[in-house]
Amino acid sequence: MIEMTKGQANLVVFADTLLELAKHDPSIMVLTSDSRGSGKLVPFGEELPNQIVEMGIAEQNLVGVAAGLSMAGKHVFAVSPACFLTARSLEQIKNDIAYSDHPVKLIGISAGVSYGALGTTHHSLHDFAVLRAINNIDIVVPADNFETREAIKSSVDHPRPIYIRYGKKAMLDLHPSDATFEIGKAITLMDGEDVTIIATGEPTERACLAAKQLKSEGISCRVISMHTVKPLDVYTLLDVAQNTKVLITVEEHSVYGGLGEACAAILMERGIRLPFKIIGIPDEYTVTGSQLEIFDHYGISVDGLVKTAQDLLAKV
Amino acid sequence: MDNQQLKRKSIQYRKTILRIIKQANAGHTGGSLSCIDILNVLYNYVMDITPENFASTNRDHYIQSKGHSVEALYTVLADKGFYPESDLDTLDQYQSHFVGHPTRKIKGIEHNTGALGHGLSVSVGIALGMKHDGHNSRVFTLLGDGELAEGSSWEALMSASHYKLDNLVIIVDRNSLQITGGTEEVMGLEPLADRFASFGCAVRVCNGNDVEDLISTFDSLPLELGRPNLIIAQTTKGKGISFMENTVKWHHRVPTEDEFKLAMQELEELEVSL
Repeated sequence: MIEMTKGQANLVVFADTLLELAKHDPSIMVLTSDSRGSGKLVPFGEELPNQIVEMGIAEQNLVGVAAGLSMAGKHVFAVSPACFLTARSLEQIKNDIAYSDHPVKLIGISAGVSYGALGTTHHSLHDFAVLRAINNIDIVVPADNFETREAIKSSVDHPRPIYIRYGKKAMLDLHPSDATFEIGKAITLMDGEDVTIIATGEPTERACLAAKQLKSEGISCRVISMHTVKPLDVYTLLDVAQNTKVLITVEEHSVYGGLGEACAAILMERGIRLPFKIIGIPDEYTVTGSQLEIFDHYGISVDGLVKTAQDLLAKV
Repeated sequence: MDNQQLKRKSIQYRKTILRIIKQANAGHTGGSLSCIDILNVLYNYVMDITPENFASTNRDHYIQSKGHSVEALYTVLADKGFYPESDLDTLDQYQSHFVGHPTRKIKGIEHNTGALGHGLSVSVGIALGMKHDGHNSRVFTLLGDGELAEGSSWEALMSASHYKLDNLVIIVDRNSLQITGGTEEVMGLEPLADRFASFGCAVRVCNGNDVEDLISTFDSLPLELGRPNLIIAQTTKGKGISFMENTVKWHHRVPTEDEFKLAMQELEELEVSL
């Protein structure tokens, strides 16, 4: 854990990283669905116009065409808002990418509740759940700039289809400069034994801040960045669950079918019981607000996570 | 291969299709019989796809969007030497790779289809890739007419003409029947040629069960430079077997022993008359 300094939006890091990779790899092709601006891909289009293809507002076609380009030998990044990419074109993801085993990189931008007050049409709180139930696609949810950069770099030659999603808010840097990243391998950001928070994506920043707050109150708190939601790092999960008093999961996703339930299933099957809480967006009409207001409303906040930890510890 | 040989192949393929459907006790009989002459001409006259060049991307490509007519595709691929025809005895059997819709587990098949309205987008992607790399190879895709009710087909068409994909050849198996009834009763498609033309395609109508007409149509590719090629192949569902032709129930009916014998007899007679 380093001193957390302000970085950029993961969106920007994605676009910069991809441009650098594509300059040296002409087989990298980017597909957009009128999402060049929102994906921060305008510079990419200006610099490498032959490696970006506009598909218009047609996400089903975007994903199908991505499969075809992959068959033609390209490393394809299909970029579209996560809400549309994983709902409108779900059947194309299931059949044309996952089932047909074309290692396309599906990039869900402005994911979770990043679009805030634009409302539920623009939220993706279902994507982990639906994609987890589809065979042969990995799900990666970077928390900060480092994880975003590394996830994109790792994805180019990833042998399987992969879905990477992130938001558009500037994130704190959570990793030391010598950190390493591997798809499927969780990262311990902070260590502690009283409380463990397993986080994925942008709530990870708040988990780290909550851990600091808890530490100041004399409670040690471990924070795990579970950047890969599928395949889950079961080894790390089992290890931390057996070396903590209470366990919290936190994600920018419905509490149904996401990281929390994935962890719960594994712990239950292994007979590991401990005070446990899944923090995410509950099954209700999501409150109106910015991403951070929505986080605060549902306890994906420093105060909310601290209180959850204290409540769980009271049961020990 | 000359026309006479191709016509013999069509009869031989029809026999195999009926045999494997009967053995599996499942299959899409009518649609496989309507499109088999198209596949015959494509694989034996038009396309450059062989077991030897299949691993390369710089060759012709074929995507069967109407995946349910898989028995036709399996039959032709066996004849092309992608696998022994005896493998087809496992069609639909427990643990067989020969599933009731195309999958890449079978050599010669490059994309999994079965859900309708997908194949054209995938074909657009391959065609874009071929153009991008400066390859002259072409992408052929076979669509059912019923599946044109899927909006994704029209998204794909928009992009095919936007990117001027004249290396893309879209063939519609226009047998005018779908599982519920006539296409014009279920969800009207006409004026189909005008609709395709208005989406920027170069359109040609041909008899999709006539080997000569198919050959002359494919010989005239590309129909127009800078436009995707759209061939409306007018066919008869159940073609070649009198009691199956133009009959809705033969969409996925399996012939009984008597029906199978009768069908084989009709095909034998057709062969003798060639």
